[in-house]
Amino acid sequence: MDFETLSESFSTLFLNKLRTGLAMLGIVIGIGSVIALISLGQATQQQVQSQIQSLGANLLTVAPGSSNAGGIRGAEGGGTTLTLTDAQAISSDPSITTISNVSPEASSRTQVSTGRNNSNVQIIGATSVYSTVHKINIAQGSFITQRDVDAISKVAVLGPTVVTNLFGEGTDPIGQTVRVAGQSLNIIGVTASKGGTGFLNQDNLIYVPLSTAQKQLFGLTHLTSIALEAKSPDVMTDAQNQVGYLLLSRHKLSDPTQADFSIFSQQDILNAAASTTGTFTTLLSGIAAISLLVGGIGTMNIMLVTVTERTREIGLRKALGAKKKTIISQFLTEAVILTSVGGIFGMIFGILVSFIISSFAKFPFAIAPSSILLAIGVSAGIGILFGWYPAQRAANLQPIEALRYE
Amino acid sequence: MIQISHISKVYKIGTVETIALSDITFKVEKGEFLAIMGPSGSGKSTLMHILGALDTPTSGKYILDGEEVSKLSDDELADIRNRKIGFIFQAYNLLPRTSSLKNVMLPMRYAGIPFEEREKKAKKYLEMVGLKDRMNYTSNQLSGGQQQRVAIARGLAMNPSILLADEPTGNIASVQAEEIMAIFQDANEEGHTIIMITHEADIAAHAKRIITIKDGKINSDEKNRSQKRTKKEIRSKHGL
Repeated sequence: MDFETLSESFSTLFLNKLRTGLAMLGIVIGIGSVIALISLGQATQQQVQSQIQSLGANLLTVAPGSSNAGGIRGAEGGGTTLTLTDAQAISSDPSITTISNVSPEASSRTQVSTGRNNSNVQIIGATSVYSTVHKINIAQGSFITQRDVDAISKVAVLGPTVVTNLFGEGTDPIGQTVRVAGQSLNIIGVTASKGGTGFLNQDNLIYVPLSTAQKQLFGLTHLTSIALEAKSPDVMTDAQNQVGYLLLSRHKLSDPTQADFSIFSQQDILNAAASTTGTFTTLLSGIAAISLLVGGIGTMNIMLVTVTERTREIGLRKALGAKKKTIISQFLTEAVILTSVGGIFGMIFGILVSFIISSFAKFPFAIAPSSILLAIGVSAGIGILFGWYPAQRAANLQPIEALRYE
Repeated sequence: MIQISHISKVYKIGTVETIALSDITFKVEKGEFLAIMGPSGSGKSTLMHILGALDTPTSGKYILDGEEVSKLSDDELADIRNRKIGFIFQAYNLLPRTSSLKNVMLPMRYAGIPFEEREKKAKKYLEMVGLKDRMNYTSNQLSGGQQQRVAIARGLAMNPSILLADEPTGNIASVQAEEIMAIFQDANEEGHTIIMITHEADIAAHAKRIITIKDGKINSDEKNRSQKRTKKEIRSKHGL
């Protein structure tokens, strides 16, 4: 392919604007949708992962098993088998070498109110370790301290959503009181927003001292969960095993299948979410691949029509001495120009679309270099593959028949 | 020099055989101006395709400048057409939306001649056919006669052994046809061999030798003793 073939192909394509535009449209849409859909899939995946990561990557949660009283099995997690001494054992037992922080927690959902407003909120009885383990940042005031827990203080730390619901946007609730289960609690802090929706919402919570929650609010003696922070993400499995064996022996159980508690890691949730969003991305890629294929076939169609339309021209060129490879390179050059220009436009189109969608949906905007490489590779491939067949047909035309063609 | 000996061409469509040419033999020396005449269906177009290396005969030999054309592959035939044959078609067959200059340069491009040389030669031949001021016109901006003159310039550009014209004046008004014949006679005087296929006796009269074909066979092959000369004023008008 020399410069003259290239410039001639460009001018042929330019002279037939409509035909060129139509042929290119398929590629533009195909490549564009590949890039847009893959980038959206990855953005969703990143979004979910970052939300889950924000809950704490080294986090292990011990939840009580179901209660089994009088042969009636209750709900999973509803048991009363975990106690504060269990939590103390985990932090002090010499067999536990992989846990850095232990956060005993007792939570329950209840109605809370101020003078005018009320709301249904998850109340978490926590110790000072909670904010470390769950990566809670304080926006105003302070978090619950060990002294609050020891003194069974009637204090509360509110999530930003609770503040908005109870006091309205932008008000400072510090020093005011909130009524929970018949008790007036003094507000000492507001946590920073963590975002998230549904079960991931970290902002619609009220934190109170663990002792206050157990003794003053809910009258509990057990814990609803124990959150554990492992020393590093690499020792998660070890930590899970160490804690599991300790609790089994403390609860006098020999068979792990009889365990009255369960331990799960943030990684388990992350994996589940990743596999869901992974499936989603695969599905999107599949749809994109189909549109790319359809686009490619569209291009081949137009190229074939072009060959038919230019039969006389091909006949003439052969009569004047064009060899097979000259004709092939002419048509192939046109196809490759068509698909590469289409590919570039498609790339711009795809990036633009994914940028617009991600800014509307408040997703992180991410373009994977792999999707661009894929798109470039595929559009070049389409150009050669779908250009080759029409070019081959053109080159094999008999000059007399081609010249006679009306 | 062209030597055609015992050329036959049989078309087979299913089980039906159509004999287009049977046992044609003749020679054309360098510098001749030959007209091949015959009614439609006589086989003169088939003969022209074989002479132009666009088609191969079923049997017989075609030797062009000592090279046996009848045995060549597709790409070798393309090469022969490029170097040894200049085509002039009834329908001109110029590339649409392409300038006269580019059209004339095209066969030289397939021969791999460098751009500057191609351009220089193309300009020379366009000037020769009287289209010096029409070089950058595209084919659809030219009249039929002008388009045919571009085609002649293209045919001459590679300085071929034969200039092969198939009904060159078929689509052209008689005044312009006279101009085309003037160019042919001029090119012939400069030493170009011309083979012209026509069914018009009036046009054939401009040649030096006339072969008539009927039912795929040579009917007559005679010297034209009264070659019709184009008028001086037509020739001078184009600066020929």
